[in-house]
Amino acid sequence: MNMIDKAMRTESGLTRRQMLAGSAGLTFAFAFAPAMDALAQGVTGKLNAYVTIAGDGAITILMPAPEMGQGVNTALPLIIAEELDADWSKVKIEQAPVNPAYNHPVFRAQYQVASLTTRGYWMPLRTAGAQARRVLLDAVAAKWNVPVTELTTEPSIVVHAASNRKMSYGEAASITQVSDKLPEIKPEQLKPPAQFRLLGKDTPRFDIADKSSGRLTYASDVQVPGMLYGTIVRAPARGSGPVSFNRDEIKKQPGVVDAVAFDHAIGIVAQSVPQLFAARHKVQATWKDAKGSKIDSGRDLKEYLAAVRDTSKKGVVVRKTGEAEPALASAAKVISAEFTSPYVYHAQMEPLSCTASVTADGVEVWAGTQWPTKSVEEAAKAAGVTPDKVKFHTLQMGGGYGRRAFVEYVTDAVLLSKAVGKPVKMVQSREDDIRVGRFRPMTAQKVDVGLDAEGKVVAWRHRLAAEPVAPYVYNQARLEADKGVDLIVIYGADMPFYDVPAHVTEHIYEDRGARVAAYRGIGAGYTNFANEAMIDEIARATGKDPFEFRMALLKDPRAKAIVSRVAEMSEWKRKRTDGRALGMAFSKLGLPPVGFSMIATVAEISADRASGKIKVHNMWSVADVGLPLQPNNVVAQIEGALVYGLSGALKEAISIKDGAVEQSNFHDYEVLRQSDVPRFMTEVQRSGDIPLPVGELAIGGAAPAVANAFLALTGKPLREMPFSPDRVKAALKT
Amino acid sequence: MASISFTINEKPARVDAEPDTALLWVVREQLKLTGTKFGCGSGLCGACTVHVDGKPVRSCQTSVSQVQGRKVTTIEGLSPDGQHPLQKAWVTEQVPQCGYCQSGQIMQAAALLATNKQPTRDQIVEHMDGNICRCGTYPRIVRAIERAAGGRS
Repeated sequence: MNMIDKAMRTESGLTRRQMLAGSAGLTFAFAFAPAMDALAQGVTGKLNAYVTIAGDGAITILMPAPEMGQGVNTALPLIIAEELDADWSKVKIEQAPVNPAYNHPVFRAQYQVASLTTRGYWMPLRTAGAQARRVLLDAVAAKWNVPVTELTTEPSIVVHAASNRKMSYGEAASITQVSDKLPEIKPEQLKPPAQFRLLGKDTPRFDIADKSSGRLTYASDVQVPGMLYGTIVRAPARGSGPVSFNRDEIKKQPGVVDAVAFDHAIGIVAQSVPQLFAARHKVQATWKDAKGSKIDSGRDLKEYLAAVRDTSKKGVVVRKTGEAEPALASAAKVISAEFTSPYVYHAQMEPLSCTASVTADGVEVWAGTQWPTKSVEEAAKAAGVTPDKVKFHTLQMGGGYGRRAFVEYVTDAVLLSKAVGKPVKMVQSREDDIRVGRFRPMTAQKVDVGLDAEGKVVAWRHRLAAEPVAPYVYNQARLEADKGVDLIVIYGADMPFYDVPAHVTEHIYEDRGARVAAYRGIGAGYTNFANEAMIDEIARATGKDPFEFRMALLKDPRAKAIVSRVAEMSEWKRKRTDGRALGMAFSKLGLPPVGFSMIATVAEISADRASGKIKVHNMWSVADVGLPLQPNNVVAQIEGALVYGLSGALKEAISIKDGAVEQSNFHDYEVLRQSDVPRFMTEVQRSGDIPLPVGELAIGGAAPAVANAFLALTGKPLREMPFSPDRVKAALKT
Repeated sequence: MASISFTINEKPARVDAEPDTALLWVVREQLKLTGTKFGCGSGLCGACTVHVDGKPVRSCQTSVSQVQGRKVTTIEGLSPDGQHPLQKAWVTEQVPQCGYCQSGQIMQAAALLATNKQPTRDQIVEHMDGNICRCGTYPRIVRAIERAAGGRS
């Protein structure tokens, strides 16, 4: 925490010069001027990265983003180190404080969603690293009285080849006078990617040893002297709160310090976790009525399906290319199918936890969060102080997947600490983590595809019914700013790489008050399932091979290259005879201004007719992620996302009855386990000099690859997620 | 409240706790060995796996009174310097992502290798099936166990 504390001190009054003076000339720091990324046009927030180089050559790099497992805590410093030309073995990585200087250029906050962390920070951090290097070179040039253009660098060494002189970065740092005016770095002054020493070379993650020894501190591991334990009991339905509860009885439970009713929930504080959980189980409450109290997922899904079938019921047009309606009306043939997906739960392995200590001076918070900036704002609000009175520690998350983009648990911890006047570690039981989870919305989708007389696709209409998510994650104003388009729900529905001349996606808002959130893969987990399963259904209906059909329909050369390569890897043409079959899916991740990464996946499955169990034996994937910064970590992210996607495809479902979630732990909310995992063969291709989104890329292809393999194996489509044994058996009976 | 004595990571420990308190909370909150994680509280995920007399147990399902006089080993005590062959293999194979489940995975795997020096892949999968990893590091877990069992580092 030293570095965080130091940085916090600099925020709260000390100027940069004072900090430098205090460092006795041994260290220096750079404050970087705003660096504009090409993709972040119009960004006004400035991004300052801090590099400290000690006289002994030790380099400290502050990592601006939170870390939830995807490895940006190595990747981002690696970008700086590359342009700084640092000796990586001398680099120490520290978590940056919450400060606008470290904002993500697209989100203008320290905020981590949509797999955009590396992509977003790419240019600012390269610029920051290059600027740091330039400051050193200027100092050495002045010292040696040579033109700076004659200097080059080797890792952590300044070189003047003409006079055969060298100076270590540590020595250079100690002769550097830090000025407030920093050299400007133009994009053309950055290192050409062909000269990269670190990026693209499989530099290992720096945090693995600490994650293999139990040494790393997660929010739930934090201990503060005098700390108590607290938990929050929310109403089953969103927007509700307690009318009354058995407070006297709860307060009498062993170890209970206090039990309080907040507007939104009941809070309990106790001396130990076991006492806390025991008391929590005794809570009996009546809750205010709320819209969400009426949710019945089984009944609602039927209503969603009715809505997508009834074309007189117009949704919000969220994606549109050409005129699909007339093209559909005049098509020679129309192929239609309906798809459904349930609410699903993030199931991050660390249940929500946060420690807070409210004192007369302000509030100190320890949390793992995808949204540090918002966490500080909410902590300030809950404590009733200004944000500068919040001392915030950004810790490693025990899984995020979108769940920790909601920060209500930070508010909860602060409220509990404030209520009892002591530090409180807020812990949530797994049961509560599920019971009031914030899920990927349930969906019903109908896809109608028009073909001409030759079987060519002329129109694609995709109608999707789901609870809106954006107003809940952000606010109504955000949705309106996006012209009413819920970018979270419909993510992945567009088909820019297929030759589909007329395409429309409509979102029918089912605003029923469910607790919903962004989720790994965002909308692609179900939109890409519908679209890619549909492609195989069309291929089957028109007597074509799904691979050949895709290749004919794809118009993008990068997409064709990976689909072609994955067919080769999986020996697509070799017919499986041992009760197995192959299915293919294409998927992409990104947005037009950011660029798209893409992946093609083939699944090899078998299905046990008696038990209805699908076994996924092998999965081949080829991914094009632009510039893979650490290829081995890209493979890890892809295979991890395939596991996550398969888990949703085969097992996961949340059901809600009378507004209450029916699942409670991993016995009735099953996720993929070791014995369910196929063998993965994964290739990563480099197609450019920009790192494109990676973390969520592989989610969208998992379910359709399995469904398409099942279609190939049995001739029966699987259109309802998850592909549970009862559904598999039902499909085989039809 | 009872006073319960046991050995933890080869050091004597004496704690005052209700006898039915889960070992997990004694280890984490009283002994401050936070490498052992809380995942589900119901023995369903394996994040809290520790060894009692060398055997893997779910510490959320083990009461502290059950370990009276016995030897408890947590991830912190698996090796004095974090250099157990599994931990080295975990680094080589770059297994963890978020890392939260990994203490439990390693403790579960260590118990396998203690009794079966050369497990087959199927034996590894079967032995590890109770440990959930939501980041999906499963293939690397198997590879790292194979590596550690093979004596490669």
